[in-house]
Amino acid sequence: MTAPAAPARYAAPPADRFLGRKITPLTRRRLDSFRRNRRGFWSLWIFLALFLVTLFAEFIANDRPILVRFDGAWYLPVFVDYPEMTFGGEFPTVADYRDPAVQKLIAAKGWMLWPPIPFSYSTINYDLPSPAPSPPSGVNWLGTDDQGRDVLARLIYGFRISVLFGLVLTGLSSVIGVAAGAVQGYFGGLIDLGFQRFIEIWSGLPVLYLLIIMASFIEPNFWWLLGLMLLFSWMGLVDVVRAEFLRARNFDYVRAARALGVADRVIILRHVLPNAMVATITFLPFILNGSITTLTSLDFLGFGLPPGSPSLGELLAQGKANLQAPWLGLTAFFVLAAMLSLLIFVGEAVRDAFDPRKVVM
Amino acid sequence: MREARGAAPLLEIRNLSVTFVGRAGAPPVEAVKGVSLTLDRGETLALVGESGSGKSVTALSVLQLLPYPLAVHATGSSIRFAGEELVGSTPERLRRVRGNRIAMVFQEPMTSLNPLHTLERQIGETLVIHKHMGPAAARARTLELLRLVGLPDAESRLGAYPHQLSGGQRQRVMIAMAIANEPDILIADEPTTALDVTIQAHILQLLKDLRDRFGMALFLITHDLTIVRKMADRVAIMTRGEIVEAGPTAAIFDHPRHPYTRRLLAAEPRGRPPAADPLALELMAAENVKVWFPIRSGVLRRVKGYVKAVDGVSLAVRTGTTLGVVGESGSGKTTLGLALLRLTEAEGRIRFATQDIAALGQRQMRPLRREMQVVFQDPFSSLSPRLSVAQIVEEGLKVHRLAADAAERRHLIETALEEVGLAPEAAERYPHEFSGGQRQRIAIARALVLKPRFLVLDEPTSALDMSVQAQIVDLLRELQTRHGLAYLFISHDLRVVRALAHDILVMKDGRIVEAGPTNRVMTAPQHPYTRALMAAAFDLAPLAT
Repeated sequence: MTAPAAPARYAAPPADRFLGRKITPLTRRRLDSFRRNRRGFWSLWIFLALFLVTLFAEFIANDRPILVRFDGAWYLPVFVDYPEMTFGGEFPTVADYRDPAVQKLIAAKGWMLWPPIPFSYSTINYDLPSPAPSPPSGVNWLGTDDQGRDVLARLIYGFRISVLFGLVLTGLSSVIGVAAGAVQGYFGGLIDLGFQRFIEIWSGLPVLYLLIIMASFIEPNFWWLLGLMLLFSWMGLVDVVRAEFLRARNFDYVRAARALGVADRVIILRHVLPNAMVATITFLPFILNGSITTLTSLDFLGFGLPPGSPSLGELLAQGKANLQAPWLGLTAFFVLAAMLSLLIFVGEAVRDAFDPRKVVM
Repeated sequence: MREARGAAPLLEIRNLSVTFVGRAGAPPVEAVKGVSLTLDRGETLALVGESGSGKSVTALSVLQLLPYPLAVHATGSSIRFAGEELVGSTPERLRRVRGNRIAMVFQEPMTSLNPLHTLERQIGETLVIHKHMGPAAARARTLELLRLVGLPDAESRLGAYPHQLSGGQRQRVMIAMAIANEPDILIADEPTTALDVTIQAHILQLLKDLRDRFGMALFLITHDLTIVRKMADRVAIMTRGEIVEAGPTAAIFDHPRHPYTRRLLAAEPRGRPPAADPLALELMAAENVKVWFPIRSGVLRRVKGYVKAVDGVSLAVRTGTTLGVVGESGSGKTTLGLALLRLTEAEGRIRFATQDIAALGQRQMRPLRREMQVVFQDPFSSLSPRLSVAQIVEEGLKVHRLAADAAERRHLIETALEEVGLAPEAAERYPHEFSGGQRQRIAIARALVLKPRFLVLDEPTSALDMSVQAQIVDLLRELQTRHGLAYLFISHDLRVVRALAHDILVMKDGRIVEAGPTNRVMTAPQHPYTRALMAAAFDLAPLAT
């Protein structure tokens, strides 16, 4: 019995792998079920493609060229600020590549490679055929806003900041929410009782008023807003996870693990959490949607990101203020609607994939 | 009581086949294949088989209650009731038969009564629908029926809701509903499986009385051979959707012809526990163990009283012996087991080997956990569905660092699996790929791999089919002899306890009613409760109360 030499009569079945990780048959079935939902599957790919494109927004919409060849040397204005004097100009300030004088200097001794949209989110196009907001044209594909900034460029940057904000907020609030729910559900008793009362009081705080008050003496930025939203958004998942833990802590296999002497931390992570993750993952796309909508509405009301930042909510507000320029409102509306719908479709597919009635054990 | 037989029997099932068509792609499942049965007035026909044999599907086909169109009857399937064809009959005609001329009693009395309706409404409903009775007449008839099925204080119970009744009382109400319209046939699908033995005996007696009184035909579906022997005139043995043998009960029991029938009859847990050394070390000893759950009420949650789940129990288990703990549901057996393992808060002295463990903290208990293990009742809930068998079995090895490296761990896992009769290849598979008996073997392997000295077995055979039960009992006995294990065997099934336990402890309402060597307690029980329990379990005699 004590001979440690394991006989080699046994060959493990070929492990199923996904993205290089070993997965269980259950996970395989869920993946297959997700893939069978065509709408959700394609929505995920479209969303990922859009997100990837906007992640590289600086290379797609920028008021600086990606690459400059000047006097036998290479320059990367996207990454490095070069003074105008580098290109033979007169000022020691950062070169303005949209300035016809600078363009002439560079054209004389080399060339420039521009991104497809030669505007950044804050670039003001002074060369407009009509007063801002100007309608779509060959230069500004979706027109300009009321300050003469390119709508498409602002859209790309705005999409990126919305999704990033949503992802970070969702991720952080899930981690906090799951941890809080797990502790409450697993240990129960006084911890649970105390925490639940705290959540009841905490969720009673008026978040919007708090934001408005804070906005009056602090200028909100991305991280500041994120922190403030996080203070209140983590409670969404607590109830779901807590309920799962309350149910699962009396399961026989959890009791068996306790009888084996397994530590509480391990039981929580290994035996109970996987049960709770089904509900959590099912909720995630919807929480992500909620986070994006929250940021958009704050921006729309003017309590969100600092003035000048690209944001979908701000574009919506401009559309409301400039009804004579329908391209503003329509663009913001369609982009928001498409983004939220894509995420909902993904969420539905995830929910179906995790539905125990569809994944028959 | 038997009436003169006409040309055709009351119920004639001929060549019945049921196929379940799954979703697109899944192969269809043939649940019932060419079953033929007849049933006449005043007689009891028992349909016997293990889970998945198709006996319930057969019973549901009679009332055409299967989930059509997912269920399909093959052409040639015929169910004739009093000369009328039921297969493919119109909904109107079926409604006239259902609950009126053929009634059914289901297994689980908790879920077959509507929790939102009072008894008066539940029973009155069928009377109003089928007999077109007015409210007053229905009420009088309901009362009469409740008295007939022996529900105490019938009058005051008319306004009661199902949750206010015990399991046995609920089953009586179900029967009252079924016989409300004096049906010709009563189909009882495992009517006593969810009930305690003493209550089971009462319900069976009631069914028998009612059959004789109304000249009904009783179609009894069960897996319990004791019930069959006691109740049935004729018996049909069913396995894998086919009837392999049918005939008068005595003939089948005395001269089984089909190999499956023989196996089924031989499957009752047999044998006696192995001889034990009377001087063996007293491994687990408990004195005056109490588990009281406080009942709180009011705004201040003041303790009003206690539920005394375990109330002053003392016991001792010697190395290499089994102590059987017997009692009905709610008697505190499981709580006692958990208290001994320190998995629930308890008062009193608990000694394991030489150490007093009652006051140890969970951290101090951890090294001892290796020596005392537990196997739970339901093998479907005691294994985490997300872990492979190897992961399930190795968890304890990792916690107690019993293996130097992965190879040794692997070897220990495979040894443990082989010891419980599973192939080592099972290690990489997941629990859902195994049957109930195999899962229980995995649960035993998880406990055994730690080489414990004391094992709490909490109804390890109750959720299993009869033939599998016998195998698990044999396995447990073999493991005990080989490793000198001490068992605390918790069960309500006295047959299994007799096959395993050296000593026995009878519990009622958290207290010990009687304790002693198994032979003495079984053959000469002293306490009236023990006597009643034995009579109910072995002879299905109703408890005299």
